Amino acid sequence: MGYKFQLFSKMSAYLLGILWIMPLLYAFWAAFHPPEYATKFALFAPLTLDNFYTAWDQAPFMSYMLNTVIITTLILASQLFVCTLAGYALAREKFRGRNIAFALVMMQLMVMPEVLIVENYQTLASLSLVDTHIGVGLPYLASAFGIFLLRQTFKTIPQELEDAARVEGLSGLAIIWKVFVPLAFPTYLAYSLVSVSYHWNNFLWPLVVTNTEASRPLTVGMAIFGAPESGVDWSVISAGTLIAIGPLLILFLVFQRRFIQSFMQAGIK
Amino acid sequence: MIKKVNYKAWLLLLPALSLLIAFTHWPTIKSIYRSVTWARSDMAPSQFVGMENYAMMLDDPVFWKVMENNFWYAVGTVPTSIALAIIMALWVNSKIRFTGLLRLAYFTPTILPMITVANIWLFFYSPNIGLFDQLLQMVGIDGPNWLGDPDLALSSLIVMTVWKEAGFFMIFYLAALQLLSVELYEAAKVEGASAWRTFRKITFPLLMPTTLFVLINALLNAFKLVDHLFILTKGGPNNASNLLLYYIYETAFSFLDSYYAATLTVVMLVILAIIAFVQIFFFDRKIHYR
Repeated sequence: MGYKFQLFSKMSAYLLGILWIMPLLYAFWAAFHPPEYATKFALFAPLTLDNFYTAWDQAPFMSYMLNTVIITTLILASQLFVCTLAGYALAREKFRGRNIAFALVMMQLMVMPEVLIVENYQTLASLSLVDTHIGVGLPYLASAFGIFLLRQTFKTIPQELEDAARVEGLSGLAIIWKVFVPLAFPTYLAYSLVSVSYHWNNFLWPLVVTNTEASRPLTVGMAIFGAPESGVDWSVISAGTLIAIGPLLILFLVFQRRFIQSFMQAGIK
Repeated sequence: MIKKVNYKAWLLLLPALSLLIAFTHWPTIKSIYRSVTWARSDMAPSQFVGMENYAMMLDDPVFWKVMENNFWYAVGTVPTSIALAIIMALWVNSKIRFTGLLRLAYFTPTILPMITVANIWLFFYSPNIGLFDQLLQMVGIDGPNWLGDPDLALSSLIVMTVWKEAGFFMIFYLAALQLLSVELYEAAKVEGASAWRTFRKITFPLLMPTTLFVLINALLNAFKLVDHLFILTKGGPNNASNLLLYYIYETAFSFLDSYYAATLTVVMLVILAIIAFVQIFFFDRKIHYR
């Protein structure tokens, strides 16, 4: 276990790091250079923004982006509300059937909506919600993962705090809002970051339930935009890719530490 | 003893439970029901056909092909991602320089949408002009058609999947490594144990609970993550890289056979149930012995 091994190990670590970031670096390279440089590397290749203009003109990125933001926000808002109530009930209330209720909730951790696209599509069709924002969001409005995380957090909050709030004359919902929610803030933040990155990137279900620009999110838009049939060149696809991942990537780079910690925290529980 | 029904608790659970039942439990039951029925078209009334759809499935060579592919896909992605994740975590947790940047590089694929990075990988894999073939040309090798060759298509998907998820799993190992006690390692050092021995006898066993957690997630991903197929291979050539969930999608939304799609969905549900069973009955117990 000498010096040579250490050096080898260190070099491999950096090499793998470069390999791992390559696709993103390539996307930047291709997007900011003229198409003839997409497949070859030259240190002094001219820089250009043309690919971004072309990409922007060829696909309705603005509506895709707006749809993604609306869908992601809708899902997150509902999840936070629904999971708070359920998480509180499962953590702090004693009642018959609690274990059954909990088991029913946990089932969604295994059987996620992606697997049930066939039946869920039928349900959406019968509700006439195909190709709507709410339709894309519906199967995700309640999340077993969110309920589980909040339940674990709420369990750690001392009973005395709840009793004190009750003595002060706070009602049930007010206790949740004024005592539990503020104390669980780190969990909410962690869960929100995980949920937003999941739904910003989600593809299969949105593909199934959207037909038009009216509700199509970025991921589905990008799949159509990047399809070989569309005949768009690599540089433009790369520019489009950067437009699509831009907001989340910037958010991630700025709050990198927070993001990684959130994923950690969410995984450990 | 609890005597009365706790209305407050059930009221709090009502929104979550009704949503979950409507979009998880009910469709699960309906899939099973639909798998034993059949109708000529969506308009025609469906009729009970018993196990006929399942008999048809067992005679369907594509079904066996996607099952075989999915098996190899899991074998190819799960152990590799886990091993890489452990190595990455050890590196990031070590005292070499730029660990912050390394961690960022390893983790970034996790937050990028599968569908958009697949577009970039599509270019990497393109015959002749693609990055991989260009690199091979530099050393004088005529690169293969990564996605067009039936022998290579599935492996190409596996490589991309490992790239996408290894950094995600690294995070959990990193969290676990930071909790390990320093004294154990000092003791090992005093004993003069080699780095490999220290890893094998101390680090790896202590990381077991994390490995089991990651294992379950990697297994689930192997069955649930098919986004990249839509861009890279569409399951081709000739189903060489088709996976179960993608086949379900094709059956339901391209071939418009919701009855057969439901039958395939039931197979998927059985696989997920087996994974859940393995987790609950084997692993959840073992986790506690440390």
